[in-house]
Amino acid sequence: MKKGNWYLTVGCILTGIIAAFIVMGFIWTPYDPTAMMTGPKFSPPSLEHLMGTDNFGRDIFSRVLQGAGSTALIALCTVFIGAFVGVGIGAVTGYFGGIVDEALMRFNDALTAFPSVLVALVIVGVLGGGKYNVIIALGIVFIPSFARVTRTAFASLRNVNYVKSVRLMGAKPARIICLHMLPNTLSVLLPAITIGFNNAVLAEASMSYLGIGIKPPDASLGYMLSEAQGMLTLAPWYALFTGGVIVMMIFAVGLIGEGLQRYGKEGM
Amino acid sequence: MENELVLKVSNVNCGYRDGGVFSRGEVQEVLHDISFDVRKSEIMGLVGESGTGKSTLAKVILGMVKPTSGEVIHFSQRPQMIFQDPYSSLNPAFTVKRIMEEPLKIQGVKDKAERTARVMEMLKLVELPEECLMAKPGELSGGQRQRVSIGVALIQKPKFIIADEPVSALDVTIQAQILKLLKKLRKELELSFLFISHDLNVVYQLCDRVLVMKGGQIVERGDVEEVYNNPRHEYTKQLLAAVE
Repeated sequence: MKKGNWYLTVGCILTGIIAAFIVMGFIWTPYDPTAMMTGPKFSPPSLEHLMGTDNFGRDIFSRVLQGAGSTALIALCTVFIGAFVGVGIGAVTGYFGGIVDEALMRFNDALTAFPSVLVALVIVGVLGGGKYNVIIALGIVFIPSFARVTRTAFASLRNVNYVKSVRLMGAKPARIICLHMLPNTLSVLLPAITIGFNNAVLAEASMSYLGIGIKPPDASLGYMLSEAQGMLTLAPWYALFTGGVIVMMIFAVGLIGEGLQRYGKEGM
Repeated sequence: MENELVLKVSNVNCGYRDGGVFSRGEVQEVLHDISFDVRKSEIMGLVGESGTGKSTLAKVILGMVKPTSGEVIHFSQRPQMIFQDPYSSLNPAFTVKRIMEEPLKIQGVKDKAERTARVMEMLKLVELPEECLMAKPGELSGGQRQRVSIGVALIQKPKFIIADEPVSALDVTIQAQILKLLKKLRKELELSFLFISHDLNVVYQLCDRVLVMKGGQIVERGDVEEVYNNPRHEYTKQLLAAVE
């Protein structure tokens, strides 16, 4: 196996393990994640409570399982919205160019000029909080970066001879974009999507940390991290484990992204 | 029948405007009063150094660039084009079969068996081995790729093909093979070519008539033999002197 693919292999294995835990969290957790007094308050990690308990005596491991689930779900939906719309806009502007391109890209610039969390806050402020509104808000925030990456890729392919040649055959733009250009931009888009996923995890975490988004008693990793901050001295394991899981998730998906990028370069 | 035309270009002028959306920009004239015609099953050479507007002329003929004045009349259906660089003219994500099938799909040939049959027929015509069918362009040599490009152009059954420096990216031996193939195809399919090149030797070997371009204008034209043996314009003399 080629050297670059180690990133991909390790990344896939790690992501697989995390995904397995998340799926398990949806079906079964050792304790009810919201049940209080499953053990003593602030008990350190032990065999009964793998990651200890919090101030209400809730099992942190169960909560992390569930929290990772909602975080991953939000991140996936966010990336899906962002990538879907962003790639659409980027493909069209990159392929056609001209006035439409200029207009949409300047709008894009304007959107990018604001810090992304701020934009998301405004959108959540208008729509109201809650899981689904956070997904919509973050999704919108993620559109510009995908649009930009896609536009660049499409604009550089637009005048490549094989695209010109299918245009000469009389192919319709939709066919050229989807069938001829999109597969050749995947080496750029796939890494962008994995990076986007990571950013979404972080964005969700920071949104929840600020207290918008997931509402208690539901848990997400970011929300739990903000909870853990208050009891850092009494139960440091709470913050360590939640933060650790966020790091793990990002690391695993980041490896896949890096692997894909190297794979794409080798393919060139 | 000999004088049947496939293309007539009359008094074409063409210019590009510099600058972006908001700037007025100066119009730079690239083509100046170009007129010529191409007859049936004739190979017309177009020579001149880089930057004289040869490729722009090709784009105007194909309708990719609009001329500022003058007109281009086609007497056949859509012409096809063979590009210079066989590395960028084939979609790297597709197999050869898929690439050659694509024009048929676009034309609406629904029957899969018919498409395959026509691809196989074309493969034989451009003298490619059957093993190439499932290969991706990245696995083929430059000469093989150029054969695939020719196949893609021909599968649409055009009567007129523009070849923009089709052999200049290939080694000399492969060049000779491709030129031989083009000659054979011209004879078998009664094709007309506009053969753009800066290589005077290649043009001499292949073409019937030749146009010499300089600075966006045609400075000399005529039968290849005549132009090569008896150049009248100063520029043509220089070009020929540079070869010998």
